[in-house]
Amino acid sequence: MIKKSVLILGSRSDIGLAIAHRFASEGHPLQLAIRNAEADEATKTDIEIRHAVKVTLHEFDVLATNTHQHFVDSLPEMPEIAICVVGLLGSQSLSEHDIHEAIKVIRSNFEGPSTILAILANRFEARGSGTIVGISSVAGERGRATNYVYGSSKAGFTAFLSGLRNRMTSKNVHVVTMVPGYVRTKMTRHLKLPQLFTSDPVDIANLVYAAVASRKDIVYSKWWFWIMAIIRIIPERLFKQMSL
Amino acid sequence: MHLSGWGRFPYVETTLAEPREQTELISIIRSGSSIARGNGRAYGDSAVNPETTIHMKHFNRMLSFDKANGQIAVEAGVMLADVIEVCSPHGWFPPVTPGTKFVTIGGMIAADVHGKNHHQHGSFRNFIDWIDLACANGEIKRCSPDENVELFNWTVGGMGLTGVIVRAAFRLRAIETGWINQRTIVAANIDEAIDEFEAALDTTYSVAWIDCMSRGNHLGRSLITIGEHAKLLDLKAGSSAIPSMKYGKRQKAIKFDFPNWALNKLSVRAFNMLYFWIGKNKPRDQLVSWDKYFYPLDSILGWNRIYGKRGFSQFQCVIPLTNARSGLRELLNTISQSSEASFLAVLKRLGKQHGHFSFPMEGYTLALDFPISRESMELMSRLDNITASHGGRINLAKDSRMSSNLLAKTDSRAAIFHNYRVSESINKTFSSNQSIRLNI
Repeated sequence: MIKKSVLILGSRSDIGLAIAHRFASEGHPLQLAIRNAEADEATKTDIEIRHAVKVTLHEFDVLATNTHQHFVDSLPEMPEIAICVVGLLGSQSLSEHDIHEAIKVIRSNFEGPSTILAILANRFEARGSGTIVGISSVAGERGRATNYVYGSSKAGFTAFLSGLRNRMTSKNVHVVTMVPGYVRTKMTRHLKLPQLFTSDPVDIANLVYAAVASRKDIVYSKWWFWIMAIIRIIPERLFKQMSL
Repeated sequence: MHLSGWGRFPYVETTLAEPREQTELISIIRSGSSIARGNGRAYGDSAVNPETTIHMKHFNRMLSFDKANGQIAVEAGVMLADVIEVCSPHGWFPPVTPGTKFVTIGGMIAADVHGKNHHQHGSFRNFIDWIDLACANGEIKRCSPDENVELFNWTVGGMGLTGVIVRAAFRLRAIETGWINQRTIVAANIDEAIDEFEAALDTTYSVAWIDCMSRGNHLGRSLITIGEHAKLLDLKAGSSAIPSMKYGKRQKAIKFDFPNWALNKLSVRAFNMLYFWIGKNKPRDQLVSWDKYFYPLDSILGWNRIYGKRGFSQFQCVIPLTNARSGLRELLNTISQSSEASFLAVLKRLGKQHGHFSFPMEGYTLALDFPISRESMELMSRLDNITASHGGRINLAKDSRMSSNLLAKTDSRAAIFHNYRVSESINKTFSSNQSIRLNI
């Protein structure tokens, strides 16, 4: 049986790469979309050797939203599964004073991913099949002083995915929202993360694969569904005085 | 951070660098003293540097795989297990493998690992086509048996002390199946064991589990397992030629430290008796999967934790052929009369010595694990002396505690290597806790 092809937007990130290997290991051909795509020739070769699947590289810049239509048009084949892993943590303290930093964070986590997924969703809708996965974050569930610019952009993305899912359900297009908590990646390398609540990229990849296979809607990593359930119900009067 | 080798002794405070790009790696090398680290399976302190330890986990891509001729080129952090997973379905197997598949190719080169076929095929070096080495000056140098030969010779078995291995290519062995025809031979004592090894020199693989607790006439009683790659004709109809390998899924793992008292003379003696009894009574000839044959301990992830928080040390020596019988007898006598218990003891016939600084020499190698204690340290230094007086040497990939005196006494090549490192001005750039301790 020929496996469905998978488009991974932002495949160079640790989570993106882990997802690529996970789907390739099940025999899915991959389309890897990143900036300076030619620099990932070795990654393409590695995945092809390890998993004996076809991998193609595609130039993609999430911030260049006016190129997204063309990007989708120029794909050699419309993928069955599209996974958006793009994200930017940025610097909260910088974002508070530097409007350009804040805009970059918001565009990288919300505007760019939503734009590309909107275009892909319309194509999937027309075809009458497909799966869309967005990697959001628990940071989007409640704004905190330490990362609310990142968090609010992820909140926007989560809401976008939720609405898209609502619209697409009757069109046989499935939308998965992956909500990771802490993950050991390049992005969080400088942070001290609690062992018990921290996942590895490969764990996230396994969750994404399982969610696509079993058509789950929203998936949290490790204990984060429960942690966020508690954090969400803390009254704002208390929450505003807390430092979490 | 606190970092150790597989034996969890000693722990060393180090800064762990995890470069992703070659340029990043080079700038780390040029910024001070460092040592490369693969999957941390060297037992002692070979892959920790008190300043910077360079974890090569992000250099884990396979670069090419020639299915027709059986050559694979990989980045240094690629795991042997992954090579087997990719190559075995195409009829290729590692030409040499240590007792675990969770080692990186870079680590295998640095320790010039040997396997159960050393008496036939030698160590890993014989199959390496080329190595790309990040040198002290930041240059990436290709070295091979024909190019930068001196550098190649010191790099293979050089314990990471010539530079950081970035990429390498090596040749694989053609196999028809992933099964091994295994024969188990019972030897009542060490003399019989040696006779059996000498009689099996034409067999591809041989290794013995040896009971270090038995004494007298049974001193060194052993179960020798010899093996050959099975042919397709050896398989029963319907069984797959390549047993699948889905490690990491339903695998047992030890997730806590055993209390220190769990391994004692009594429990180890009971284990040894049971193991010997089972080995004696199982069928003499069996067809076993490569995973079970080569990597029995890999089926229990984290087995190093059974030694408890104190950690353990593996004593591995080789005694040259001419002194093997007397040397092994003296070692075994000393061990069986001590109060220390070794849970795992392995005996193996090695072939000829190759390379500038590799461990193997023609003779017999004995490997034993001891939990760390003052008594076991004393015992191991007694074993050191027996090794030295019989002209043998200690395996650096396992060592965490020998003295620089002992190394100088047992291996005259260490001083030559040291001088080479000084003359090339790389001794300050690349060093490990071990190389500092042993003055390499």
